[in-house]
Formats: sequence, structure tokens, C-alpha cells
Amino acid sequence: MKELWSIFNKGLILENPIFVLALSLCPALAVTSSVIVSLTMGLTVMFVITANNTVVSIVRNLVNPKVRVPVYIVSIATIVTVAQLVLQAYLPDLYKALGIYLALVVVFAIILARAEVFASKNGVIRSFCDGLGMGTGFLIAMLIIGAIREIIGSGTFLGIQVMPASYNAPLMLVLPAGAFILIGYLVAGCKMLVQHIEKSKA
Amino acid sequence: MEYLTLFISAVIVNNFVLTRFLGLCIFFGVSKNVNASVGMGMAVTAVMTLSSIMAWLVYTYVLVPFKLTFLTTVVFVLLIASFVQLLEMIIKKHAPALYNMWGVYLLLIATNCVVLSVPLLNVESSFSLAKSIVHAIGSGAGFGVALVLMASLREKLRLADVPKPLEGLGVAFILAGMLALSFLGFSGMISL
Repeated sequence: MKELWSIFNKGLILENPIFVLALSLCPALAVTSSVIVSLTMGLTVMFVITANNTVVSIVRNLVNPKVRVPVYIVSIATIVTVAQLVLQAYLPDLYKALGIYLALVVVFAIILARAEVFASKNGVIRSFCDGLGMGTGFLIAMLIIGAIREIIGSGTFLGIQVMPASYNAPLMLVLPAGAFILIGYLVAGCKMLVQHIEKSKA
Repeated sequence: MEYLTLFISAVIVNNFVLTRFLGLCIFFGVSKNVNASVGMGMAVTAVMTLSSIMAWLVYTYVLVPFKLTFLTTVVFVLLIASFVQLLEMIIKKHAPALYNMWGVYLLLIATNCVVLSVPLLNVESSFSLAKSIVHAIGSGAGFGVALVLMASLREKLRLADVPKPLEGLGVAFILAGMLALSFLGFSGMISL
């Protein structure tokens, strides 16, 4: 149990997919201009990465190592298509807001990387925990970025006005340039946090 | 004229890296020196154009007639990944010099969002074949331009005194932000 917790745990900060591993940065910048959109994207990726890790771990002994990457890609693409169809049917507005980035979940480096590095070598339960942990880390990062950009950039949170009416929102943070600069500082902040954790452990 | 506008808009106004945030993994990974960025830019443009043509043909003559458009993502990913592998083999056999120059980049491109997104965008905006090709070349060129600009800036940055936590990725992001800010100036140039 403790071992499973530590597998889950490492995706949150120490190996956070966005801030530390710097994989799958495209969605972290492109679909975080509001909280609700980043929440949807985060949950979708969490679902895809957990499901894919489970599938890969189940079939890991049946697949010839030479063709493993195409097999992983087919599995990821199938799961993403399922997510796409579900969102299109039940949440059409969010489906439109995510646009092309939803289809591009297929090629997120983090999903393929977890399949290759972890799920192809570990059992089903451990792979499931790893996927869930990485997915949660991704979701948290997306929510942090989304919240900062929405609160500061447009003065709202989940569409509700939180800043006083006289607040003059800097448009900069909603624009692409603001996203790049914000993530630059967040990456630096996370680096300091990781160093602090490692120092206190040692 | 229409084609020229499309091309310029793909290169500058809708720059893939700086306004659409695609291909960031390559953008931050390869932009450490100028030579590598030029090679990468060319390889991406070539692969993008060829795979756009193939994806367009498959979409128009296979997926649409058989009502399989919900499989677009799966089919395009497999098409591009297998095509890049094939291209790698052909280049290795027939043009070893070329392979030595750009071969390493080809595998990186095989499953990358920037290459997948162009065929998807072509289909989404229902471009004709000619327009798809122009769009693909323009997007590749825009990607190359951004890559070379970034690499030149980062080469200068090596001599700069950057605060410790910002070193590496942090400062690269901020630099990209500045670059994106300057590309914002082009946004009113062409309205599509």
C-alpha cells in the first residue's frame, strides 16, 4: 500500500509532468486561458493516461518489443477518440473550446513516455497508480496555470467575477506571450520547491 | 493572391509555435544551437508537406466516402508515424549524406503535435489540396523561423548571468514570451 502511494505521489511534485519533466507543454499554454477549459483538458488527459497505462500493462507480455510503439499509439489514439466522442456528445461547448488540442492528446509525449518507461515493465495495479498520479500532477499544474491566468487576466474564477469592478485586468496574461512568461516563472518556482524538498530529505 | 495571404498568415500571423503553442517540445529541445534548428526546420517542413498531401488524399477518398470521419485522429497518427519510418529508411538507403545531416530529427518528428496538427487543421477548415500544400509549407517555414530566432537568442543567452532557479527552461520560456509579444505586432496585418 505504501509502495503504491509512493508511485502515485511522485507525479504530483517531484516528477510533475509539466513543471519538472517539461513534457506535454503545448496544452499547458494553449488551453489554460480559463479554469473550466483547463479542468476539462486536465481530466481528459488524466483519463487517457490512466486507461492507457492499464491497457499497455495488460498486453505487455503479448506484444513483440519491435512493434511496441505502434501498438501503444493505436491504444492511445483509440482512447482519445472515445474521450473525443463523449465530450462532443455531452459537453459540445467545451469540445469546441478545446478544438484541435483534444485530438492532439494522442501525441502528448507524457502519455507515450509513461507507457514506455513504466507500464511496459510493471503490473496492472502499479501502472494504474502511476497513470493516476501523473494525471493528477498534470491536472494540478493545469489548474494552477488556468486559475492564475483567469483571475489576474480577466478578473473572474469559473466565470464568476472575483475582482472588484474597478479592476483593470492586464490583457497580457490572456495572450500567448503572457502564458509563456507565466510558465517560465512557475517552472523556476517549482525548481526551487523540488530543491527545498530534496534538501530537507538529505 | 489568396494563396499568398494564406502562406504569410501561416508563417507570421498564426505562427505555430508562438501563437498556437504547437511543437513546443521540439522548440525548447532543439533550439540550443542555430545549425540544428535550421536542419530541424527543414525536416519538419518536408515531413509536414508530404504528410498533409497523403492525409488529404486518405481523408477525401477513403474516410469521407466510407463515413469513417470519426476515425480521423487514429488514421492520421498511424499514417504519419509509418510514413516517417518509411522516409527514414528510404533516405538512409539512397541519400546517406542527407541522413547524416537530418536523420536524427526524423524520429523526433514521427509522433509530434506540430506535424499531426497541420493535416487536422486542413481537414477542419476544408482546404483544397493546393491550399493544404501551401498551408503546410507556410506552417513549416513559420516553425523554422521561430526555431532559428530562438536558437540565436539562446546562443547569446549563454553569456548572460541568469538567476539560478530560472536557468535553463525557465528563462527559455520567458524569452519565448518576449518573442511571442513581438509576433503579436503582426496580428492585425492579415485578417482571415
